[in-house]
Amino acid sequence: MREFLASIHYGAWVLPALLLIPLAGALIIVLQSAFSRDDSSLAAAPSARWIALITFLLEFAVSLGMWWAFDPGTVAWQFRVTHWWIPAWGASFDVGVDGISLFMVLLTTFLMPLSVLGGWTSVREKVRSYYALLLILTTGMIGVFLALDLLFFYVMWEVMLIPMYFIIGIWGGERRIYASIKFFIYTFLGSLLMLVAILYLWLHSVDTVTLSNSFSYDTIMQHAAFTSRAALWLFGAFFLAFAVKVPMFPFHTWLPDAHTEAPTAGSVILAGIMLKMGTYGFLRFALPLFPGAALTPWVRDTILTLAVIGIIYGALVAMVQPDFKRLVAYSSVSHLGFVMLGIYALTLQSVQGALMVMINHGISTGALFLLIGMIYERKHTRLIDAYGGIARVVPMFAVVLTLVSLSSIGLPGTNGFVGEFLVLVGSFKTHPWFTLFATSGVIFAACYLLWAIQRILFNKLDKPENALLRDLNARELVIVAVVTVAILWIGIYPAPVLRRMERSAQNFVQVVTSSPGARLASAPETGGSR
Amino acid sequence: MHPLAGSIAELVWLLPILPLIGFVINGAISLFTSFHAGPADPSAAHGEHDVAHAGHEAPDTHDEHAAPKRAPLHAIVTIVGPLVLLLAFGLGVAIFVAMPSHMATPFVKTFFAWMPVGTDLPIHWAFQVDQLSVMMVLFVTGVSALIHIFSVGYMGDDPGYARYFAFLNLFVAFMLVLVLGASYPVMFVGWEGVGLVSYLLIGFWFNDKANADAGTKAFIVNRIGDFGFLIAMFLIWSNVGTLDFSGVAAGVGSLPAGGPLLTTICLFMLLACTGKSAQIPLYVWLPDAMAGPTPVSALIHAATMVTAGVYLVARSSFLFSLSPVACLTVAVIGAVTALFAATIGLKQWDIKKLLAYSTVSKIGYMFIGVGVGAYVAGLFHVITHSFFKALLFLGAGSVIFGMHAAYHHTHSTEDAQDMRNMGGLRAYMPLTFVMMWIATLAISGIPIFAGFFSKDEILGSVIARAADSTLADVHWLGIPGSAVLYAVYVLALAGAFLTALYMTRMMLYTFHGPNRTGVEEQAHLHEAPPLLTFPVVVLGVLSVLGGIINLPAFLHLPAGWTGALDQWLAPVVGDATLHVTHGVAAETPHEVALVGLAIVVAIAGIVTAFVKLKPAALVPKRDAQPATGFERVLENKYYVDELYDRTVVTPVVAVSRSFLWKGIDAGLIDGVLVNGSAWFMRGLARSGSWLQTGQVGAYAWAIVIGVLAVLGAFTLR
Repeated sequence: MREFLASIHYGAWVLPALLLIPLAGALIIVLQSAFSRDDSSLAAAPSARWIALITFLLEFAVSLGMWWAFDPGTVAWQFRVTHWWIPAWGASFDVGVDGISLFMVLLTTFLMPLSVLGGWTSVREKVRSYYALLLILTTGMIGVFLALDLLFFYVMWEVMLIPMYFIIGIWGGERRIYASIKFFIYTFLGSLLMLVAILYLWLHSVDTVTLSNSFSYDTIMQHAAFTSRAALWLFGAFFLAFAVKVPMFPFHTWLPDAHTEAPTAGSVILAGIMLKMGTYGFLRFALPLFPGAALTPWVRDTILTLAVIGIIYGALVAMVQPDFKRLVAYSSVSHLGFVMLGIYALTLQSVQGALMVMINHGISTGALFLLIGMIYERKHTRLIDAYGGIARVVPMFAVVLTLVSLSSIGLPGTNGFVGEFLVLVGSFKTHPWFTLFATSGVIFAACYLLWAIQRILFNKLDKPENALLRDLNARELVIVAVVTVAILWIGIYPAPVLRRMERSAQNFVQVVTSSPGARLASAPETGGSR
Repeated sequence: MHPLAGSIAELVWLLPILPLIGFVINGAISLFTSFHAGPADPSAAHGEHDVAHAGHEAPDTHDEHAAPKRAPLHAIVTIVGPLVLLLAFGLGVAIFVAMPSHMATPFVKTFFAWMPVGTDLPIHWAFQVDQLSVMMVLFVTGVSALIHIFSVGYMGDDPGYARYFAFLNLFVAFMLVLVLGASYPVMFVGWEGVGLVSYLLIGFWFNDKANADAGTKAFIVNRIGDFGFLIAMFLIWSNVGTLDFSGVAAGVGSLPAGGPLLTTICLFMLLACTGKSAQIPLYVWLPDAMAGPTPVSALIHAATMVTAGVYLVARSSFLFSLSPVACLTVAVIGAVTALFAATIGLKQWDIKKLLAYSTVSKIGYMFIGVGVGAYVAGLFHVITHSFFKALLFLGAGSVIFGMHAAYHHTHSTEDAQDMRNMGGLRAYMPLTFVMMWIATLAISGIPIFAGFFSKDEILGSVIARAADSTLADVHWLGIPGSAVLYAVYVLALAGAFLTALYMTRMMLYTFHGPNRTGVEEQAHLHEAPPLLTFPVVVLGVLSVLGGIINLPAFLHLPAGWTGALDQWLAPVVGDATLHVTHGVAAETPHEVALVGLAIVVAIAGIVTAFVKLKPAALVPKRDAQPATGFERVLENKYYVDELYDRTVVTPVVAVSRSFLWKGIDAGLIDGVLVNGSAWFMRGLARSGSWLQTGQVGAYAWAIVIGVLAVLGAFTLR
């Protein structure tokens, strides 16, 4: 496989291709609509979803080559492509992956076809716009994970924000307007501060060769010089942008609304991919750029505390939600708390575990939203109490919902366990008390999901209309089969995934912990550091 | 080169794979057939268990006494289900035979990497073949095979037949992973896996909310225990640097013996054990677990899964033996649970609930055994208990099967599990009657029956440790260890008396005295079919003869007859036992006198029951008066469930709903901060828009004032 990929110069074009393929798909859909006036119904534009699906499958196929072509033995950027963009500002089109972003990209390309299939029949209005936005969104998300230039990163960050705003606001549920505006303002406020911080970094990083300011990640990592007080402010700006996205307690309240009101694909993308951008931001930018600020004891302890609060708080609030989608949304707060704990514990195991939780949460929670979407299509309610005893009527659905819930609970043998276990075992080494509390999250996780699936699948079938529910159809079976394979594969044999991310995780730990004050030492101290 | 390398033990991976194959086949059949039932089929909508029969747990499909409609592919399930177990048992025997008589080191078979992270956390899928795991494999697969055969008869008419066997097969697969795992994480896979299947089988008839509740409760309570297991693993890894059994055993010497660290590790592990093995404070799920089909109660909730805690302590003997305080805690928990559960058992009317409390109590004895460092005695009791308790449950299953059939014929909705509705069944079920008496004598500790030897070995060890051991040397909560151990002995002896009492009570009310089932029903009461009685008889034989595997030395039998299990398990737990006993082989003082005392106590229990209880005076359930006073407290199990509900569950849910969700999330963050700032901004914008009057004069005034202010500020600076 590697030889074949080398023979087609795979590494030289894969990343630009991943950015362009969805755009091309979107372009086709838009051109199509130029030749037909009616964009309003599914019947009028049945081809749009096929174009989207084929584009996403192509995208996935192209990205899959990275699994083999990726060299796990190096921490250098791979498949890197650099091209001038705005030379006057020192901004360039600069993309590449390491063991961290590789899996974020693969997760994105993996989930997109599933989310299109999941909403196959549920999106019936303005279908062309919907699929076009979905495709543009994908370019934005992949761009975020690939960007090695901070300006490009910021642009991509905003590019993905707008399509999602429309997806929630147009195709969402009853309170979609409130949810979409809340989502937008929350995210946008955070990212504006990040823009300021990026500009500050640009001012203070000068390329040694060209002697001009640069947005390049590598240049900033090497040359940016600022005081420790400035570092603290800069870290704060990045922290806000990413903490909203994660979301960390108490910046999380946009999430239940956005998740609940978004259409199925929107929820899958939000939970599966976009939340990971927050934690990815910490891994790629906030911690490596400002290790001194990030590891200031009070900062570190605050963030660890928020992470642990998120784990327990998210689980407890999830437990009492009457709406299944909201329940899963709050469970995301809990799961992402594990990721933050793992990142901040800064051991190899905990960081790899955090990366695994990011992947697993994408798969499992994405799958939960897909399953909710399937049952919602049949009954048009997400209220847990509207169901009950349906395991007998829809056994296939019941089996898969149980399996996915168990993986979300972190049952050993499923993917969920691998991530949680690694995060906790690694974090325990450096922060035993935080970890002790975090581990109690496994109990609450069992509570909220088991109570929910009991009320949906088991008990007495006391609502006669539920006796007529259809079990999964062929399209849905394809989705759940793919998800099931992923859950069990990562649960039983995650070693190939772990091997590919190990060097990058190690590098991350090293960069952050080895010399937190090193970059600051070269800068003149003007303000007192805490 | 390990002596087992290249032998049949290389196929150890097949042990869990065989039942797993059964799971896949039966599971596929289950899904496939139910898939075709479809929503149009009324049975699919209403389910196999209607409301009228809620609470009756035996299979119920005789629609108007017609021949039951068998589920499709019934024959395949019947063959595959038990067959995979028989094959696994055969493989287990083959591995057992291949093992040399004295194998000093375990045979570890590593398959592939599981969670390898860095060089310091290499977690592999690996199985460990040693004397302990092979012993567990033999009894797990053996008892499972018998119960699978019983299930063919018992569950044959249930529409969920294939699903039932799929779960049962899956259970055995996970149980084998549990006992074969070569490291704590692999063991944990089995540990949680059996919990999962237990959850699925307790809620097997999930149409009834009570059953589904019981399943969920079991899983969640077990999760609390699993929390302990996880923390124990974290502590071990961060202090010893490995999670393999052999690695931990070798590395644990570097930790200070008896220190707080080891004690903490052991106590967290103990928390896990109290969850899985239903000990105080986490025993509450097991009585509810009786909602599952009776063979499941026999297999999972009596014979195998619930003894996993005992296995974990024995497997971790290298840790526990170094922490006398933790050991004493294990023994005390065991003793208190043994007595506590036995008192509840005294007043239960539901025959399965009674047996459940009996199980809780008996596992308490096993905890006493492994707690005092008598690991072999504890494991010996695990095995003999699995024989007689499985026998009791299957016998009870036969009774319920018969009772239910009788009630079904007369369309009665009486409780088929309540002993007040039974009585005099010996006339209708003579074979079951005899077998149940064998099991009762075995559990009561009457000589020659299996339970006698294992129970007395535990009790004798307690006295021996109290006299001289590392446990007697330390203080437990300020009390001298030897005093604690004597107290444990007294509690255990009291528990033994109560055991004999409540078991005899069960026999008297079920099989003796007059029949209370009802005149019409009596015509339909009869012995269970051979498919059900065959496994019962096999277990009956084992309950009589099971003691052979570890006969005590005081019998002065020819060499080779006594202490077989002691010798067999010596390579695994021998060192740990010796560590507890100060390096000398334990001698029990006054052993014969102690044994005599125990026999007297057991007989006293049985005699008391015969003298005090009057089966003839008992009335059927529907006519019974509610109990009063302490009896009522016992009947309501000391209200522990209610206590947990009021002090833990309800407050947590209430706080989560009213304070965290409505208060913090919706109220403070969203209401005040988010929407509040939105209101604030809107207000600001509105007041800003008031300034935009559009009158040029007003703007001019504003400009003038502004300019003056700026100039003034600069001048006055």
